[in-house]
Order: sequence, then structure tokens, then C-alpha cells
Amino acid sequence: IELSSVPQFTNSPTLIVMVGLPARGKTYISKKLTRYLNWIGVPTKVFNLGQYRREVQSYKSFEFFRPDNEEAMQIRKACASNALKDVVIYFSKEHGQVAVFDATNTTRERRVSIVSFAKEKGYKVFFVESICDDPDIIAQNIADVKVSSPDYLNCDKEEALADFLKRIECYKQTYVPLDDEKDRRLSYIKIFNVGSRYLVNCVQDHIQSRIVYYLMNIHVTPRSIYLSRHGESNMNLLGRIGGDSGLSPRGHKYATALGTFIKSQHIKDLKVWTSHMKRTIQTAEHLGIPYEQWKALNEIDAGVCEEMTYEEIQDNHPEEFALRDQDKYRYRYPKGESYEDLVHRLEPVIMELERQENVLVVCHQAVMRCLLAYLLDKTADELPYLKCPLHTALKLTPVAYGCKVEHVFLNIEAVNTHRERPGNVDVSRDPEEALKTIPDHF
Amino acid sequence: MTNCPTLIVTVGLPARGKTYISKKLTRYLNWIGVPTREFNVGQYRRECVKIYKSFEFFRPDNEEGLKIRQQCASAALNDVRQYLADKGGQVAVFDATNTTRERRGTITAFAEQNGFKVFFVESVCEDPEVIAENIVQVKLGSPDYTNCNTEEAMEDFKKRIKCYENSYETLDEVLDRDLSYIKIMDVGRRYLVNQVQDHIQSRIVYYLMNIHITPRSIYLCRHGESDLNVKGCIGGDSGLSPRGKEFANYLGQFIQSQEISDLKVWTSQMKRTIQTAEAVSVPYEQWKALNEIDAGVCEEMMYEEIQQHYPLEFAMRDQDKYRYRYPKGESYEDLVQRLEPVIMELERQENILVVCHQAIMRCLLAYFLDKTAEELPYLKCPLHTVLKLTPVAYGCKVESIYLNVDAVNTHRDRPEVAGAKEALVSNAH
Repeated sequence: IELSSVPQFTNSPTLIVMVGLPARGKTYISKKLTRYLNWIGVPTKVFNLGQYRREVQSYKSFEFFRPDNEEAMQIRKACASNALKDVVIYFSKEHGQVAVFDATNTTRERRVSIVSFAKEKGYKVFFVESICDDPDIIAQNIADVKVSSPDYLNCDKEEALADFLKRIECYKQTYVPLDDEKDRRLSYIKIFNVGSRYLVNCVQDHIQSRIVYYLMNIHVTPRSIYLSRHGESNMNLLGRIGGDSGLSPRGHKYATALGTFIKSQHIKDLKVWTSHMKRTIQTAEHLGIPYEQWKALNEIDAGVCEEMTYEEIQDNHPEEFALRDQDKYRYRYPKGESYEDLVHRLEPVIMELERQENVLVVCHQAVMRCLLAYLLDKTADELPYLKCPLHTALKLTPVAYGCKVEHVFLNIEAVNTHRERPGNVDVSRDPEEALKTIPDHF
Repeated sequence: MTNCPTLIVTVGLPARGKTYISKKLTRYLNWIGVPTREFNVGQYRRECVKIYKSFEFFRPDNEEGLKIRQQCASAALNDVRQYLADKGGQVAVFDATNTTRERRGTITAFAEQNGFKVFFVESVCEDPEVIAENIVQVKLGSPDYTNCNTEEAMEDFKKRIKCYENSYETLDEVLDRDLSYIKIMDVGRRYLVNQVQDHIQSRIVYYLMNIHITPRSIYLCRHGESDLNVKGCIGGDSGLSPRGKEFANYLGQFIQSQEISDLKVWTSQMKRTIQTAEAVSVPYEQWKALNEIDAGVCEEMMYEEIQQHYPLEFAMRDQDKYRYRYPKGESYEDLVQRLEPVIMELERQENILVVCHQAIMRCLLAYFLDKTAEELPYLKCPLHTVLKLTPVAYGCKVESIYLNVDAVNTHRDRPEVAGAKEALVSNAH
């Protein structure tokens, strides 16, 4: 009898194949989708053909991409082949579940060969085509990510732009989009003009359904996401974890300061989200903006360790304490939750965050670590040790392929609640070794 | 979830699944807590024209017929307006053919006037087998054809469809590019999604893209009787009692005897469901989301103990069992939220057995059988009984199979007086 502790999204590995002219957002989608899938626990990797090409050939000009440039064609074919070889290694030797093949794949011939390759290996294929004819969007793309590409290191902006436009022309001549009739048996999503319209064909399984749902919820409208913990709470002061206490006097001061800061930012149409716990609600109250409470934003449930200090946990549950240090991401408090459980319950929050524009999320340490890991592409190993100090707001602004982060410490003292991984995580360790890294408290 | 009410408008020729989709979507939205109601224009027409004679009523040149149909649509829209504006409704599903651009324009204007958002759901299908099957499943049994035999009804209905075909204007990529809609083609092989405006529309699209009509059965049962059940305690994570183990074996035999193709088995992450599934000898998947309701401070207590130690809480729970949240625990309402991904995946699946818990099973059952939040916490889900649910026509056929192994009764009815001692379960423990 097979036991799996996480529902299986798919049995075979899945090869996602991007399709589209240059500057249509393929790499943006590839990276974002990969980040999301890894965060929800599906090992995913991007294979960007442009990078393979840059490794074997230093870029001179758009001439490389001319359809009649036979020598270049050979090189490009070889690169595609190498990328697919690496996909095989990723699936068979590195426990990968999804590979995103990020290239133009604009000809039927190329796509047919990929489908055969996948069929031979037993991989499922899902195409993601991005179609855009809005010249403003394309120009913005080029300015955001192409002009600064390694290909154009030694060019000025105008040269780069002119060359890139000629590059696009090279592809246009042979571009055959996915066809309603001819490709009716393929599984794909066609995204038109950055999401105003989608065509979805033959979704095969759960992971493809999730991918479609995700792609249909992301957008590129500029906005910022503000993350902050609640103000310092009474439990925090005592060095106790969990519980549902109110704010300390300093916590109230922070809430007021946060309100002032938010006002000073003149944020358009700001949404505010809190958990169902007193300390986030009390913090949001000071902002004078309507807020929405999400149960999913509640702090990690520490089960039998709720409201204990780390010293008490060491006294009462020394073995559990050590096990947690051994694998903080997967460790589940008895009658409580793990970080892995948190990610699972935060997924709808992430989905809605993607749909929204300007949002301030007032939450908790473990919850904030999970959200931050998603937004900044941190691994499961890094996630439980991300620094999320009290009284510090983070402003995240999507830019190019990632996120710009600004830390705003609002100058109100608070206890430190961050506990680094101690040197000795053995269950047989001495209490002093377990307690070495606990932060000070009253 | 959304500020303005939403008007969902179906579009499509007869026998394209519009009513099936309307009812299913309405059921789903109500279950997740979005007050939704469907308004079927065919029903309004049947109330107006008491006796259906023939397809001639639907001929495009039948002026009298057209007038009546227009009046019925208006009456339905009037009720929609009342529901969304005065009666606290959030979503109304306007179930009619709405096959002309003109009709859709009228509806859009109506919605704009009243401050409703509009989302179209068009079903396009040219597969004659699918259409024929539709007609057999739901049309032949319609009140319109009570006095006809099968052939007559089939003939008439086909002629009815023809009446609409000539004037049918499908949602167009260019002409309708500013409308929000999903076009479902060939029962879900293909979807076109345009201008999704907000969260609720995004959820509707996700739901519609996950449902299917492939025949299958969903088997629901609780774990076998547990040691804590025997003691009369709620919650906890105990193993099976001897009778529970016997049930597990019988369950395994029963499942085998059903000869179900490609059966999936799901359990929670608690011992008692896992031990039960072990006996079924089919690989199973564990979902944390299927864990029993967390009774917080009342975990592992008997009802008598809860009455003793938390009399106020006990009474409050009886007053509103759906929304009541155990201190440091959960409510049924919370359960529905965490079960939503399970429901979504259940919709995608085919034959499946879910081994779960009393409160969980009540939530899942309420979804499949369209029970209200008031009924949900009192649905009867006894131990050692398997429910086999088979989607049929617009609903679900339910077969209850008691596997003949005794167990304690864990069902507590809504008491006359909230919190009364008399209402405590009398268990055989």
C-alpha cells in the first residue's frame, strides 16, 4: 500500500512549453510560475534557451536570428537539444516534477519535435502561449528586461532597442501560433494581451488545472505589497509563543506609527488584511482604513506548546524541541501545525494577493516568513529562518523578473523574537545548547 | 468577496447543459457561503402557459409566443432585481437561452441600471451524441412532455432547438470583447475566458473548468468505530475499536464486490481513517484538510464533561451549530473553507472513496445534496454506513449501505432547549 502524505498532483513529470515572439512575457511567466509551483511544494525548474545560447555564442547582432542563417540555426538547434537533455536529467535524477522550457517555440515543426520527445519519455506536455499585439506593452517589456540583457552589455539604449525589434521581425516570418483545429489535441493555454482573454484547451490533470488557475490570476499592473507583523504583543514581551494576546504599550505605538507611515505613502486604493487574532486586528484599527480578516492568516498553531516560552518547551518537550531544530520546515507541533501546513493554508491568500493591487498584510512571524518566501523565491530550508522583526514594515514592489524590497523600521523598540538554528540539534543535547539562540525577554 | 452583486447569464441553444451548469454553480456558491439563486426562464414560461402544446410556441415568427417569452424574461429579471437588491442575494444565475445579441444587450442594460456586474456563461456543443444524451436525461422527463411518448418528445424537442438555431449569435471575440464571459466548448474540452473582473468571477471560472460529466460514483464513509467513540468522547486521534476493525474489513470486501474501475481512496491524517483504509487494499492519499473538526478546549471530552465544564459554550453551540467555533478550535463554517480544495479536486476526479469523519462527512454531503448551513450540522452520518453518491440529471442519487457491524451512535440532534442536559447523547458506552 502506497502512502503519500501530500496529495499527488500528477503521476508523470510535466513539461511546460512556452510559445511566443520575443518580448511577450515568456520568461516573466516562466519564472513566476516556477516560483509558485516550488512554493506549493512541486519541484520545478526553468530551462531558458537564451541562456544556453549565451554560453556557446557571444551575441553580436540580430543577424544571428535570421531564418536563413544556417550556421546559427545549427547552434540554436544544438542548444535546444542540450536543454532538453538537462530536462531529462532533472526529471530522472533530480526528482523534478515540472520543467518549464522557456524559448520561443514559434514553429509547428519545433513544437512537434518537443511533443515527440516528451511522448517518448512519458512526460505530459502543456503549452503556454503568450500573444500580444499591443505595441506599448511590447515596448515596456523591451525597456524593462531586454535593454539590460547580457546580449546588450555594450550597447546604448537606442541601439539595443533597434536591434531587438529587428530580432522580433526575424521570428515573425515563421511564427505559427497554436491553431484551434490543427492543435486541438494538444493541452495548452493561450494568453492574449497580458490576460484580457484566455483560451484553454484539453486540460489533462490537477497540476495543469492549477497552473491555468494561477496564470489567470496574475497581472502586471504596477502595485506594492506591504507586509508587517502585528505590533509587539504582551506574549512577545514574556517570550511566549502563540496565544491570542493584545498589544503591549510599545505595540500600540507601532500601530500608530504604521498608520502615519501608510498615510505618508499616499497609496491608491489600499486594501488591508489581518488575521482573526487580536494583535493584528488591534494593529489595523490604528490605520483608520477598512480591513478584512482572514483566518488563514492566523499564526502557526503550536499545539501543545502554545503560550510556552522556549525554556518551558525545552523543559517539557526537549525531544520535540530538538526535532523541530532538525527540520523546522516540516516539523509539526503535536496537535499543531508545521510550516509546510502553513504554506498549504496560505495558498488561497497568495492567489488573492496576486489578483489584488496595493495591499497591506498585517500578520505574524511564521505567516510572514511563508509569504516572504513566496514573494522572494526562498527555499523551504531558508523559509523558517527568514528575518521578520517586529515593528518593521516591508514594501515589496515587483520589478523586472523579481521583487524590490524596502525595509522600513518605524523606530519603536520591540523585543527580538527571532531564534536562529542552534549548533547542536541532537535530541541528546544539553539544555544550554538548545537554549543558546533564544532571544531575550522579560 | 465582492461589493456589487453579480448577475451570471447563461447563453446557449437548448440541451447544451445550461440548467445543469446553473444548478451546480448555484449549489457550489451557496456551499462556500455566497448567497446565490437561479432563475430559470423556462419555469416562468411554464407558469404562464399552463399547458405546453408543441415546438410551434418557439417558432421565431410566432408573435404571441414571443410576447409571452419576453414577459417571462422580464418577470424573471424583476425577481432577480429583488433578490440581489432587497433580499441579500449576492449572485443570481439567469438561466435562459439568451442566444441573440439583442437579448444580451437588454440584460446588460438592466444590470448596469441596477449596479450589478454581469458574467456570461456560454455553452457551445455540436456533438450529436452529447446532445441526444442530454435530451434523454432531462428533457424527456420535463413537465413539458408528461403526455408524450419518447419518440414524440424527442422529435418535438429537436424541432424546438431548430427554432433557435437561425437567430443564434454566439459570443464573439471581437464584437463582445468588452463583455466578461467564459465560453465552454464541447463539455469542457476547451474554454475561452474573457475579461474576468473580480475574485468571484475568477472562482466561478476555476470551478467551471474543473467540473465534468463523465459518469462516476463518490463513496463517502466515516472511519470504523474508534476507541474514543466507544468512550463517548469527541475528537482526539485514537485507533479503531475491535468493531471498527471489523467494519474496515467489511468495507474492503464491499469495495471489492463493487468492481469499481480506477478507484481512488482518500483519508485524513488521523489514525482512525488510515487504519480503515488499510483494509481496503487500494493505495490511498492522506489529506490534512480531511481531519475532523478541531474541538479546541473540548477535544477528547464527553458531551457530559463539556456540559459540566463549559455550559455556556455548550449552549451557544446549540444555538448556532454551523457558525459556533470551539475555543481554540474550529466551526463548521471553518471546515467548509478548508474543505473547498477537497471539493474542487473531488469534482476533477472520477470514482473515489473518501474515508473521513462525522463533521467532515456532513460538510461534503451538504455540498453534494445541496443542504443549507442550518441543516448541515445535523445531517445523519452514522458509523459503519457507506453512502454511494451517483450524479444523475440535475442532482445526485444516494444509496445508503449499512455494513452490518454494530457501532455506537454519535449523532446528537438539535435539542429543544439549547444546552439542555436531556439532549445529551445516550451512547452505548
